[in-house]
Amino acid sequence: MQVEFVSPEAVLFSGECSQVVTRTVDGDIAFLNNHAAFIGALDIGQAQLWATDGVISLAINGGFVEVSGNAVTILSDGAMAAGDIDLSEAESDLTVAEEALSSDADDVDAANAKKWAETRIQVAASS
Amino acid sequence: MAGGQERILRRRISSIDATKKITRAMELIAASRIVKAQGRVRSAKPYSEKVTDVIANLAGGGAGVDHPLLTQADQVNRVAYVVIAADRGLCGGYNNNVLRAVERAIAADQAQGRQYVLVLSGKKAAGYFSFRGYEVHAAYEGFSDQPNYSDAKTMAESVAELFESGDVQQVRLAYTRFLSMGSQEVTVDQFMPLEASEIGADASENTAGGGYEFEPEPAEILSRLLPRYVEARLYAALLEGSASEHAARQRAMKAATDNAEDLKTNLTRIMNRARQETITTEIMEIVSGSEAMSDDGDHDLDDAITQSLEGSLAALVSDRSDA
Repeated sequence: MQVEFVSPEAVLFSGECSQVVTRTVDGDIAFLNNHAAFIGALDIGQAQLWATDGVISLAINGGFVEVSGNAVTILSDGAMAAGDIDLSEAESDLTVAEEALSSDADDVDAANAKKWAETRIQVAASS
Repeated sequence: MAGGQERILRRRISSIDATKKITRAMELIAASRIVKAQGRVRSAKPYSEKVTDVIANLAGGGAGVDHPLLTQADQVNRVAYVVIAADRGLCGGYNNNVLRAVERAIAADQAQGRQYVLVLSGKKAAGYFSFRGYEVHAAYEGFSDQPNYSDAKTMAESVAELFESGDVQQVRLAYTRFLSMGSQEVTVDQFMPLEASEIGADASENTAGGGYEFEPEPAEILSRLLPRYVEARLYAALLEGSASEHAARQRAMKAATDNAEDLKTNLTRIMNRARQETITTEIMEIVSGSEAMSDDGDHDLDDAITQSLEGSLAALVSDRSDA
């Protein structure tokens, strides 16, 4: 199936994939060829694209996915390829977020920051 | 005296020459930036097109159209203007055209008893409105050359906040649309609430929107998606503005370079004439001087004076031809 990964500034990936795994706000979801038409809101998490020349991992800071007519489109205004992730930055962000959460467990922004930092670390480690 | 005039002209010519070099350089820089800016406009298109597609499909899939961004107000008392101008001048009428258009729109609103709120991008916009005593709600600067998505996001957030708090009932977006290298057009469009026709929500009944599975509910996806749409639209306007800015600057600097060239030709002509006049005057003075001497009949003295004068005349002529 044809997969396009689009950010506001550029098309980050466009090509043929055999499988796409990503995380919507309700949980992980995988798309294989000829998946039914689908629209979902993406949570902060990892996306994996099984492209012809290997698996591409990306960290996604929210976005959308649309599947129709054997084409998957992922829209994200905050996505990072494994190679672009600054691990030390992600780790320091994680520490900051954890500190904020320890003082206020209901801080939604800090919880999201923590999730985003963890995702980046996970994606960077998996590549 | 005449020699002094020549020196002044020479100085003016060299200063015009220096200015011409600068305007020429600015023209070339602007020309190369237009190409880049156009590329950015193009690469931003897929995202906003896809976002629009998804919204249309969602609306077709039964997402309620009761989101605040889609609800038209019954009565509009305050209108927010998002104005996109440049940080720098020297770009012809680019800034003034958009700023005047906004001023006119504000005046028309005020005639209907509506108040205004200004959200500005670009140092020139902030300068213009604060100088004229307008109340500026927020001003952003530093990215008119090369706007990033994060800049659009920051601006969109502050505008959306104004709108969602109910402080303003309508938001209008004023920017310069880039039609082609030679033509740009100022537009003042409605930005919020979004018009259903614009996002394809009314045409979606014909599309196969009903066949979609949604995760989570369509209404929730829509409420997450609409802010992204607003950002993408503002980002597109910023990019078009920057492409227009560079195009306007290139044209203005080309005109300035041509003007400098004309001015230089004219001044060189005037300078040459002045130089020739000086030489002619000096020769006339010498000749008439020597003739006055020869009338006395004192030929020895006369010859000596003529000789020395001829010497200095020769020196004068060779000196002038160096210049």
